[in-house]
Amino acid sequence: MSLLKVDNLSVSFHTRNGSHQAVKNVSFTVEPREITAIIGESGSGKSVSCYAMLGLVPSPPGRIDGGSALFEGADLLALSERELRAIRGRDIAMIFQDPMTCLNPFMTIGQQLIEPLRLHKGLTAKDAKVRAIELLDEVGIRSPADTFDSYPHEFSGGMRQRVMIAMALINEPKLLIADEPTTALDVTIQAQILRLIADLQKNRDIGVLFISHDLAVVADIADQIIVMEQGVMVEHGSPDAIFNHAQHPYTQKLLAAIPSGHRTAERIKPDPLIAVSHLRTWFYPSNVKEPVKAVDDVSLEIHRGEVLGLVGESGSGKSTLGRSLLRLAPITEGSVVFDGIDLTQLEGNPLKTFRRRMQMIFQDPFASLNPRMTVYDTLAEPLLLHKICDRKSLDATIATLMDDVGLARAFIRKYPHEFSGGQRQRIAIGRALATKPEFIVADEPVSALDVTIQAQILELLIALGREHGLTMLFISHDMAVIRQIADRVMVMYQGKLVEQGDTEEVFGHPREAYTQSLLASIPGAALSA
Amino acid sequence: MLRFMLIRILQALPVIFVVITATFFLVRSAPGGPFDQEKVVIPEVKKALEAQYKLDLPLHEQYFAYLGDLAQGDLGPSFKYPGRSVNEILFSGLPVTAELGFYALLIALCIGVTAGVFASLRPNTAQDYIPMSFAMIGICMPSFLLGPLLVLVFGIWLDWLPITGWGDIPGDKILPSITLGSAYAAYIARLSRAGMLEILSQDYIRTARAKGLPEWLVVTRHALRGGLIPVIAFLGPAFAGLLAGSFVVETIFQIPGLGRFYVQAAFNRDYTMILGTTVFLSTLIVFFNLVSDIAAAWLNPRLRAQFKGGSQ
Repeated sequence: MSLLKVDNLSVSFHTRNGSHQAVKNVSFTVEPREITAIIGESGSGKSVSCYAMLGLVPSPPGRIDGGSALFEGADLLALSERELRAIRGRDIAMIFQDPMTCLNPFMTIGQQLIEPLRLHKGLTAKDAKVRAIELLDEVGIRSPADTFDSYPHEFSGGMRQRVMIAMALINEPKLLIADEPTTALDVTIQAQILRLIADLQKNRDIGVLFISHDLAVVADIADQIIVMEQGVMVEHGSPDAIFNHAQHPYTQKLLAAIPSGHRTAERIKPDPLIAVSHLRTWFYPSNVKEPVKAVDDVSLEIHRGEVLGLVGESGSGKSTLGRSLLRLAPITEGSVVFDGIDLTQLEGNPLKTFRRRMQMIFQDPFASLNPRMTVYDTLAEPLLLHKICDRKSLDATIATLMDDVGLARAFIRKYPHEFSGGQRQRIAIGRALATKPEFIVADEPVSALDVTIQAQILELLIALGREHGLTMLFISHDMAVIRQIADRVMVMYQGKLVEQGDTEEVFGHPREAYTQSLLASIPGAALSA
Repeated sequence: MLRFMLIRILQALPVIFVVITATFFLVRSAPGGPFDQEKVVIPEVKKALEAQYKLDLPLHEQYFAYLGDLAQGDLGPSFKYPGRSVNEILFSGLPVTAELGFYALLIALCIGVTAGVFASLRPNTAQDYIPMSFAMIGICMPSFLLGPLLVLVFGIWLDWLPITGWGDIPGDKILPSITLGSAYAAYIARLSRAGMLEILSQDYIRTARAKGLPEWLVVTRHALRGGLIPVIAFLGPAFAGLLAGSFVVETIFQIPGLGRFYVQAAFNRDYTMILGTTVFLSTLIVFFNLVSDIAAAWLNPRLRAQFKGGSQ
C-alpha cells in the first residue's frame, strides 16, 4: 500500500481580486522507503498541494475544492483540525526552505526540538532532552549537548537546516515533506544536506516528498519525479524517464534551463581595465579583538570586455571584494586602479564621476529595489543624478532601457511588488545599465531565481555585455552558473584567492583541493554521467 | 550592558539640561509673577518677598543659583505654599499619581493586549474590526470628555461607582484609572495587533503549526514573545506619559496627585514649583524610556548576546 495517495486534489484561492486555482486535479503517490520529488517553478502549486493536505494553507483565502489524500488509509482532507494536528509533527513532518526564518529566534534550539516529543509522546523534559541530543548528534551537529541551549542565530544556515531536520525526525515520522530544503544554502552545504536526507531516509524507512524548483538537485536522490506547471501535473516518471525521455515541452524547458556547458571562449586581448594589488578589507567588530579579514591580500586584473567569475562559499569574502572594487566597502590597504586611476585616492565629486562608470547588481531583487518607487523613478534617478540625459529625453531613454532588459514599456508606472523575481532582476539590471557603465559587479544576480528564470537572466547579461562592451565581475557560489557565463574564473576561500585561470582549465583540471571539492558539490552528477 | 546604560544616561543629561533651561526662561518670560495678585500687596512687602526668594537678582544669576541648588537635589522653596519645599510637595503627590498611573497602565495592558492579540488572529474580519474600532475611538477621545461621560453613566445614572476622591470610598479608584488608561489601552491594542500580525506571518509560525501544536500554544508560546516586543518598548514612555499626563484626570476626579499641583503652579506663577515638576517628570520619562529599551532588548536573544559581548 502506498504511504500517501493523493487523488484529484484541487486547491484554489479566493481574494477580493478574484479567484485563482492553484492546484488542479493533481494525483500522485508516495511509497514508503522512497523519495518522491515534485518539481516546478514558483507558483506552480507544488508547495500548496503539500500544505493543503496538512491543513497549513490559511483558509480563507485558500480552499480545498476537492480530491482526497489517503495517508495510511485515512483521508487527510476529511480529518478534523484536531485529528490532523495529531498527525502533523508525529507521522508527517516537514522541513522548509529557509532555515534562517523557520526557527523561532526567541526560543533555544533545545526548547524547539523537544516540543514535538513532549506534545505527541508526552515525554518529560528530561527524557526529551536526551533524545534531542542523540538526534542532534545524528544530523551532524558538533557537541550537541552544548548547543542544546543555544539560540538559532548562533548557527550558520547549514547548521540550522540540520536542526530543522532533527526537529522533523524527532518523532520518527513515516512521511517527511521537504520543501526546497537546500535552496537557500551554498552548493557545498547543499550537497551535505542532500546526502544527509538521503542517508536518514535509508536508515529509517521513511517516505520523502521532496519539493524543489531545480531538477538537478533531485537528480541524484529521487526515485520518482513529478513535474508541475501552473497547478497541473504535466509529467511524472522515474528520473531516467524524465531526464532522458522527457515528453512534455515544459519538462524539456526545465531540463534545458539547468546551467550546463560554457561560453564559446572568445580570446580576449589582455588589456586590464581594473588592476587590484594587495587589497585588504578588514572589519573591526566592537566586541571581538581580532579583525575579520574579509579580503586578505588579493591581487587581480580584470580585462576589458571579459566576464570574470568569482566563486566561493558564503563568508569567503567574495561579495566584500566586489564591493571594495566599487569603494562600497572600506579598504584597509592596497590599491584598486581603474583605467589608470587609483580609486582608493578618490573622494567626493571625482569619486562620484567614477561611480557612473561602475555599477552593481545585487542578489536579492526583492530587497534591493525601493518598494515606494515605480520602475520609472528607479530608472530615472541615476539618469538625472549623473546627468546622462535631460528631462526632455528622459522618457525616451527609459523606454530604450526597458527594451534593452526585455520589460514591456507598459510596466513603466508599476511598483516592484507587482513584478515577479525575474522581472525585478531585469529592473535592477536596467538601473545598473542606465549610467552606461564600463564595469559591472554582479553579486549573485541569479541565485534567488528559479532555474528557468535564471537561464533567461544569464542570457540577458551575456547579450547585454556583448552589446555594450561591458566588463563584468560575476560573483556566485554556483559553479554551474559561473561555467556558463565566465571567461575566466577565480576561486576565493577565507578571504584569499586560491586558484584562477581560464574557465575550462579550472573546471577541467582544478589544481587546488578546495576547487575540487566545490566542483564535486555541483548537483546533478547523475545528469552528466 | 553597563556601558550601554552609561552611554544612554550620559545622552539623557543634555536633554534634561535643555528642558531645565527652556522651562526656566519660558516661565520667567510669561507676564506676571508669583506675587502679582488681585489683592494689592504693599510694595515694601512685595519687595521683601522678592528679596527672600532671590527674585530681585538679575535673571542669569537666578538661573545659576537655581542650577547650583538643583545639582544638590534641592528644587527650592515653593512660592505659593510658604514654608514648604518643592521636594516635599512633589513627594506628597507622587505616591497618589504613581498609584493612579500604575492602575491605569495595568488596565491598559490587560485590555490592550487582549484586544490586540484577539484582533490579530483573524485579520480583516469582524473579530478584527470591532476591537480596532473601539481602539480608534479610545485614541481619539480625550480624557476630559471620557471622564465626565463615565461619571455620568456609572456614577450618576447607574449610581454604581463614586465619582470623586481617591481612597476615601471603596471603588473610587476605578473610574479615574479607566479614564486615564483607556487611551493607552487603545494604543497598546494597535501596537500588539501590528506586532502579532507581523510575527504570525513569519515562517517559524508555520514550523510550529507543522509540528502539530494547537493554535493557542502557537500563539502563546511562539508568537507572543516576539509580537509583544513593541508593547514592552512602549511601556516606559507610556508610564512616564501617564504620570505627566494625569493632571486632567486628577482635576476631573479631585485627586490630590502631582498633576493638580502642576496645573495650580502654572496659574500661580509658582516658578520653582513649575520648574521642579518639569525637571522631575522629564527625568522620569528619560528613566522609564531607558528601562523599557533595556527590557525590550533583553527579550531579543540576538541583542542580549551583543550586550553580553559589550560588557566584557
